[in-house]
Amino acid sequence: MTANGWFQIFFFFALVMVCAKPLGLYMARVFEHERTRADVIFRPIERLIYRLTGIEETHEMAWTEYAVVMLLFSLVTLLATYAVERLQQLLPLNPQHLGAVAPDLALNTAASFTTNTNWQSYVPETTMSYLTQMLTLAYHNFFSAAAGMALAVALIRGISRRESKTLGNFWVDTTRASLWVLLPGCLIYSMLLISQGVVQNLRPYDQAKLVQSQTATVTGADGKTVTQTITTQSIAQGPVASQEAIKMLGTNGGGFFNANSAHPFENPTPLSNLMQMFSIFVIPAGLTVTLGRMTRAPKHGWAVFAAMAALFLVGVFVAYYAEAQSNPLLHSVDQRASLTQAGGNMEGKEVRFGVVNSALFATVTTDASCGAVNSTHDSFMPLGGLVPMVNIMLGEVIFGGVGAGLYGMLIFVVLAVFIAGLMVGRTPEYLGKKIESYDVKMAMLYVLIFPLSILGFSAVALMMPNLGLSSLANTGPHGLSEILYAYTSATGNNGSAFAGLNANTHWYNLSLTAAMLIGRFLMIVPMLAIAGSLAKKKLVPPSLGTFPVHTPLFTVLLVGVVVIVGALTFFPALSLGPVLEHLMMHAGKSF
Amino acid sequence: MRRNLITAVLYTVVTTVLFGLVYPFVVTGLAQVLFHDKANGQLIYKNGELVGSRIIGQSFMAPQYFHSRPSLAGNGYDAANSGGSNLGPTNKKLVDRVAGDVATLQIDHPGVAVPIDLVTSSGSGLDPHITPAGAEFQVARVARERHLSEDAVQRLVLQHTEGRQLGFLGEPRVNVLLLNMDLDEMAPPK
Repeated sequence: MTANGWFQIFFFFALVMVCAKPLGLYMARVFEHERTRADVIFRPIERLIYRLTGIEETHEMAWTEYAVVMLLFSLVTLLATYAVERLQQLLPLNPQHLGAVAPDLALNTAASFTTNTNWQSYVPETTMSYLTQMLTLAYHNFFSAAAGMALAVALIRGISRRESKTLGNFWVDTTRASLWVLLPGCLIYSMLLISQGVVQNLRPYDQAKLVQSQTATVTGADGKTVTQTITTQSIAQGPVASQEAIKMLGTNGGGFFNANSAHPFENPTPLSNLMQMFSIFVIPAGLTVTLGRMTRAPKHGWAVFAAMAALFLVGVFVAYYAEAQSNPLLHSVDQRASLTQAGGNMEGKEVRFGVVNSALFATVTTDASCGAVNSTHDSFMPLGGLVPMVNIMLGEVIFGGVGAGLYGMLIFVVLAVFIAGLMVGRTPEYLGKKIESYDVKMAMLYVLIFPLSILGFSAVALMMPNLGLSSLANTGPHGLSEILYAYTSATGNNGSAFAGLNANTHWYNLSLTAAMLIGRFLMIVPMLAIAGSLAKKKLVPPSLGTFPVHTPLFTVLLVGVVVIVGALTFFPALSLGPVLEHLMMHAGKSF
Repeated sequence: MRRNLITAVLYTVVTTVLFGLVYPFVVTGLAQVLFHDKANGQLIYKNGELVGSRIIGQSFMAPQYFHSRPSLAGNGYDAANSGGSNLGPTNKKLVDRVAGDVATLQIDHPGVAVPIDLVTSSGSGLDPHITPAGAEFQVARVARERHLSEDAVQRLVLQHTEGRQLGFLGEPRVNVLLLNMDLDEMAPPK
């Protein structure tokens, strides 16, 4: 670990902190329909959308209608994506003449992008046409994120409204999130990315004549190895920057290329890398300010922010520490940091990022439900790989996905005030609302569905040598980690992977599809039920027995609840995966 | 329910046009006008022939060139098939691969510890860079093979060494393709 490394980490976080407040206040204005400077441009477009689609702007929805409309919209977009994938060979903007995507893979991908997961069982360069990426995958990047923000705003309204049956209008919230926040952000951001070298074109792949031709040994169809001379390099192109911008800003994470943000055309410079990490965190961080503003309790927003910040800093410390270590199994190599190299564990990492920006990116992308990667998590040190996995297992509430992170954290807030209420023996209250048995039941449902899916699917996969284990790239404890990470990532709607696992099989495509749908929709419904229940309640004036939710004590309790729920649930599985691997590695054992 | 379904279909169509077509085409148009070179991948032409991209690595294995890092993209540096090894730190395949590469590199430099980036593969398999330590390690071999003085090669490496961006971001690095092309200019291969 170096001083410069820590400086880069703190610089990044300071940037997020500075921008969270103005953005958060702006988003509060957008969702409360107050005037903003952007109205001149977006208000006419908004009206046009409502007119073309027959949406009544003033119609208010109860939580049940809000949920039904959200589910219908997700279903329609999922089917549309499936159709485009299956028909892409007949559609334009396919310069590489890529064929139809196989049915199970197309379903997996459609579900993956609809749920804001962006799990990718495919190699984009050889699977998805430019049209498929623009029209469906990047589209989902906008609207799964906008829907997430709408859902978070619905929950905030549930907290702040009194004796109300409704939570707002899903269409209006989604439209305002995408027009006022995501679209202008992406227009500016994609230009900044292009200025750093992210490509944006519709050219067919370029064929370059290599400066030095290379030889490669290839196994032919008859099983014999032959030596081939390769004289050209095929360079994949595409409309990358426009998709990259929303991939990060919407915490989606699905790469235009297989290597995702490690690819020089997706993330060419350290500055573009800083922009990408910043754009993952800025909206989720801003939403804590939106929460404070819309509930008229700004200090509560900051107390939630503080809990997230504390968990982030612990994660990044462990990840950076682990990745800066030398791998004791490699000999006669120089792994120390010096003036001429960053050192540390460089397998799966790019030289321009080194260990610090790789560890930081991995922490950020899994704190949020982004899942973009600028290095391969599978090749991280055991404890370095533990951090991303734990971040997702804690529910991606450390800033979290746009919207999803905030509503996830608010579920833990409900549990925290409930536990505080139990400790002092009074009915728990949250910002003037009594938390009653129905709310706690729904919160527990939200908390329990998550590990049930992760551990259940992992256990099944581990018991099936031909379907589950045959896809592994690594054996020993690392193999367990690969499977556990896959279902954690899918259920958590993250999308990053221990990518050695070959997930493009019928079993993994279908079981991961199920995990992604469960992790998104089965968790949203109880969350909206809580929002609906809170909105109906009367306001109780604070009394001496009220547990204040804006103090450091509250922050500590909230962090405690998040960690204890996650640790109790997942510790046994983690101890057999990354923890065991760490101990074995230091005992000099390889697999 | 029926009405909501119709709204959902209409909403999907209208927003797809705006966000799935208009937005990427506007960005493409602006990019092609404002950043023509960068938006097209910073391609390098030599005598009218495309020889690569300034930010995509190529494989170099001959002794008279600076070697790139090992690559697991396709058959190595396949820019239409990016990816890493995904081998875990305790994987025997990784340990053996590194040991093999170290042995090869140490033929020219007996007993010298090899900088870690030269024997590890990048996540993209297209890493255009090696560390200054990785370049330094290879100077003596390249100078000998090209019949150049070590000083001259060293100077060329220094010219191609990029510091941290804005003085503090990222890590120092050397672009292998650009370095090797300049090397060819300086002392053409026989």
